[in-house]
Amino acid sequence: MELFLQQVIAGIATGGIYACMALAVVMIYQAIHHLNFAQGEMATFSTFIAWTLLAYGLPYLAVFPLAIAISFVGGFAVERIVFKPIEHAPVLTHIVVFIALYSIFNSAMGFIWDFSIKTVPSPFPPGQFFGSNLISNHQAGMVGITFVVLVLLFMFFAYTRIGLAMRAAAANPDSARLVGIRTSFMTALGWGMASAIGAVAGILIAPLVFLEPNMMLTILLYGFAGAVLGGLTSPPGAVLGGFIVGVVENLAGTYIPVIGGELKLTIALALIVGVLVFKPAGLLGRRIVQRV
Amino acid sequence: MATTDDASLAKRASLPASVDVAEPRTPLLSIGNAGLALTLAALLALPFFTEGFFVFQMTKVLTYAVAIMGLNLLTGFNGQFSLGHGAFFAVGAYTTAILVEMAGFGFIATLPFAALICFGFGFLFGFPALRLEGIYLALATFALAVATPQILKLSPLEGLTGGVQGIYLFSETFGEPPVPSWAPVQSIFGVDEFDAGTYWVYLVTVAVLVLTYWILTNLVGSRTGRAMMAIRDNPIAARSMGVNAAFYKTIAFGVSAAVVGVAGGIGAASTKFVAPDSFTFFVSVSFLVGLVVGGVGWLPGALIGGAFIVFVPNYAEEVSKGLSGAFFGIFLILMIYLAPNGVGGLIRAAADRIRRRSE
Repeated sequence: MELFLQQVIAGIATGGIYACMALAVVMIYQAIHHLNFAQGEMATFSTFIAWTLLAYGLPYLAVFPLAIAISFVGGFAVERIVFKPIEHAPVLTHIVVFIALYSIFNSAMGFIWDFSIKTVPSPFPPGQFFGSNLISNHQAGMVGITFVVLVLLFMFFAYTRIGLAMRAAAANPDSARLVGIRTSFMTALGWGMASAIGAVAGILIAPLVFLEPNMMLTILLYGFAGAVLGGLTSPPGAVLGGFIVGVVENLAGTYIPVIGGELKLTIALALIVGVLVFKPAGLLGRRIVQRV
Repeated sequence: MATTDDASLAKRASLPASVDVAEPRTPLLSIGNAGLALTLAALLALPFFTEGFFVFQMTKVLTYAVAIMGLNLLTGFNGQFSLGHGAFFAVGAYTTAILVEMAGFGFIATLPFAALICFGFGFLFGFPALRLEGIYLALATFALAVATPQILKLSPLEGLTGGVQGIYLFSETFGEPPVPSWAPVQSIFGVDEFDAGTYWVYLVTVAVLVLTYWILTNLVGSRTGRAMMAIRDNPIAARSMGVNAAFYKTIAFGVSAAVVGVAGGIGAASTKFVAPDSFTFFVSVSFLVGLVVGGVGWLPGALIGGAFIVFVPNYAEEVSKGLSGAFFGIFLILMIYLAPNGVGGLIRAAADRIRRRSE
């Protein structure tokens, strides 16, 4: 039993990473009803920017918001430049452009910062959380920050005018446009926010793994799994899903011999396919009913 | 709300059906057929004029072309997306490698097995795919592609797959694919016995390419192909016409995977080596790039797509090291904006113009 509890706690600790990424995935999905396959690379790019700023000697407390702001502007710009022209294009076009962005960001990072691994410092004091041997200060801090982001998002969407406008634009673009909401601007804003959340995720994940251009590809897969599990339409669901994925991954690693260490990505694959097939709305998502 | 209608219209516009169902049978002597015959002649003549390394690269081009045709059947003609066909490429490659190394098969004899096994996997993956549309299918296949290298490294399979190390093929013939005694490759092309294997694999690849093209064009023109396209264009109408959507969609997935598997088999024979890390997500990305560049829904475009994904990174690397991915991406985006039907679309537009002028 103790082993079980330990693994659950350790799973929650890694789940924080996935929750953060899943949140970014859901943000984009809310805004454009697409999954951004380049999200991981964009987050890694943000992390590299933070790393560069840190290398210039700026304090962490300045770098963190600065990198997030840059990412916000970057995400906004990507939408305006690349996606605005293909707003009404079919799904395949979007997927191809996402893949193109993935390729561009990945390659550009290798070009600018090369493929050698780099370490990113943690903002939290080193050591274990309250002396526990399962969860480090950084991991606990990460879980905390994920919740802060979630609460901020909730307040933004629930209590601000622009948050309401964004929800309207996502839920019913035609009617939203009729009442004077600039839906296309809202989409760009959604991109900016998703990119900013991705930056938070990347910067917090980097101290746990090593920073290199391919850092996020597998983490993005877990992020997708978390988002799908929790429900692509629900930010709290995404966070919950992220934590569940972390726990499931850890438990499977402990209790199922072969799968454990070697097939971790296959767990994500199985989760994604399984949830999409049997419960497409996820745990907390809305069921989408399409009129024919 | 007219969103559904808009969506289906946009979907239809996205996937140009080059093979028009209503069009009468093209005469034997048409621009299209002349182009195909010229291409085939050029492919057959090529090894007489070039060096071994270029022949090897062309084998790669043709291998990719076969794979892209397979993906095209699924995406271009059946409207299903896949970011995971690299996984079937891997299964095909490993099938060939394992049969050649452990069962002593000739590599050509392994290709039907690669096709069969991949058909099985594709068919099985086609079932969950039935319930996933558009972006969700892309997501599920994306997960498959990312997980593939890890599955190949799995330790219980190590005896078969060689684990991280992978498998070197043709260890009995000193690492070169054996040339059958009835094929006078050495004397025809005037090459030594080491290069003969490369040339032989090239010739086999040309044959596989032609065969695949022949099978797929006939499939697309058949009742099955029309059903696949009907499902792509309007699933609801197709269903109400009595088309068994589930059956044709899983079949499309299976056949598409089988073709990609055969490509994987030839790929293994030409590189003479398979390892998990050769089958990363980037393989699937390459297929998609080749498909879009060549033209979605136009089978001959696969050759252009294959050439693009083999040669362009080389040139891009020469211009600036490490930037080939960025070049890929920028080219893709430009392509989507400027020539959404791919190079194939441009060629067909030009051919139409010539045809109209000559009439």
